[in-house]
Amino acid sequence: MRAQIEQVGAQFIALTSSFAQGFWFSLQLLWAVPSALLRVREWMRQLYFAGVLSLLIVMVAGFFVGMVLALQGYNILVSFNATEIVGQMVSLSLLRELGPVVAALLFAGRAGSALTAELGLMKSTEQLSALEMMGLDPVKRIFAPRFIAVLLALPMLAMLFSVMGILGGYLVAVPGLSVDDGAFWAQIQASVSWDEDVINSMIKSLVFAVTIGLVALFQGVQAMPTAEGVSRATTNTVVHSSLLVLGLDFVLTALMFN
Amino acid sequence: MQATKKMEFWVGLMVLITLLATLFMALKVSNFGQMAGLQETNSYRVTAHFTDIGGLKPRAKVSMGGVVIGRVNHIQLDPTTFKAVVHIDMDSRFAHIPADSSASILTSGLLGDQYIGIEPGGDEESLRDGSVITFTQPAMVLEKLIGQFLVKLSEK
Repeated sequence: MRAQIEQVGAQFIALTSSFAQGFWFSLQLLWAVPSALLRVREWMRQLYFAGVLSLLIVMVAGFFVGMVLALQGYNILVSFNATEIVGQMVSLSLLRELGPVVAALLFAGRAGSALTAELGLMKSTEQLSALEMMGLDPVKRIFAPRFIAVLLALPMLAMLFSVMGILGGYLVAVPGLSVDDGAFWAQIQASVSWDEDVINSMIKSLVFAVTIGLVALFQGVQAMPTAEGVSRATTNTVVHSSLLVLGLDFVLTALMFN
Repeated sequence: MQATKKMEFWVGLMVLITLLATLFMALKVSNFGQMAGLQETNSYRVTAHFTDIGGLKPRAKVSMGGVVIGRVNHIQLDPTTFKAVVHIDMDSRFAHIPADSSASILTSGLLGDQYIGIEPGGDEESLRDGSVITFTQPAMVLEKLIGQFLVKLSEK
C-alpha cells in the first residue's frame, strides 16, 4: 500500500517537475528572443535549414493534397450539378484546416526532429556546457535563433502549402474536369474572407510554430546524452508536437469558426 | 563566404515566393479587394422586419437585380412583435434606393446560401441611415410549403 502511494507521489513529482522545467525553459527562451533578433545572420542560417530545406516537401505535399481534394469533391458535387463549388471547397478546407495542420505535421517531422537531434548531439558532445564555460549563454546563442527561424518558417510554409493546394485543385478541376474557369474563381472569391479565413490560417500556423519550436528545443535540451537518449528525444518531438498540433487545432477551430 | 551567399539567396527566394503567394491569396482568392469598398464609414444602416428568416446569417449578401449592394450586419428578435429584425449595411454608393422598396429572403440555387433580394419601389424618398424596410417577404421554408401543398391536396 505504502509503496503504491509512494509511486503515485513520485510520478506526480516527476510530472510537475517536467512541466515546471518546460515552463521555465519557455520563459527563458521567449525572454532571449528580442536580443537574438538582432543577430540576423545567425537566425537567417537557421531559417535556411528549417525553412528552405522543408520547402520542397511542403509544396509538393500541398499540390497533391489540393489535387486529391478537387478530385474527391468533384465526384460528390457532380451528383448535385454543383461542380463550380469545388474551388470553394478546396480553398476553404486548405485555408481553415489542412494548410496549417498538414504543413505543421510535415514541419515537425522534417525540421522539428532535425532540431532535436542537433541539440541532443550538441548536448551529448558537451558543446552546450563548453559555451557556458566560456561565459556565453546557450539560450541566446543557440536556442533563440532556432526558435525565431521556426516562428518565421512555418507560417510561410503553411501559406505556400495552401496556395500550392489551390493551384493543384485548379489544375485538376479546370483543365482536367472542365469546370468553368470564371465560375471556379468567382465561387472562391465569394466565399473566402480575408480577415476570417486567411488571417485565421496565419494565426493558426503561428501558434503551431510556437508549439513545435518549444517542443523540439525542449526535447533536445532534455535528451539523455546517449545515442539512445537522442533517438528517443527525436521521436518524442515528432509524437508530442503532432499530438499538440492536432489538439490545439481543435481548440483554435472552436474559437475561430463558431 | 560562398555558402553564406548561397543561403542568403535561398532564404530570399523563399521570402519572395511567400510574398507572391500572399498577394495571390489577397487578390485572387479572398475578398480583400471587394472588402475595401464596403467599410463601416461608407455604408448606412437600415433594418427590415421579417416573420421568418429561414437560414439567413450575418454577412449574407443583400442584392438588387443580382448586384451586391450591402451585407447583413446582425440579426435580432424583436421582443414585442416576435419578428426577426435584420440590420443591413448598405453601400453608400447606392444611396438612392426608394423608401418603399421591398425585401425578400431568397436562396441562390438549390443548395446555395440565403440572401436578401431588394425590389425597388416607386417612392420619391430614398432609404436613409436608420430607416426601416416595411414591405418584406419571409424565407420559403420547405416544410411549410409541403404542408400547404398537402392541405390543398386533401381539400380536393
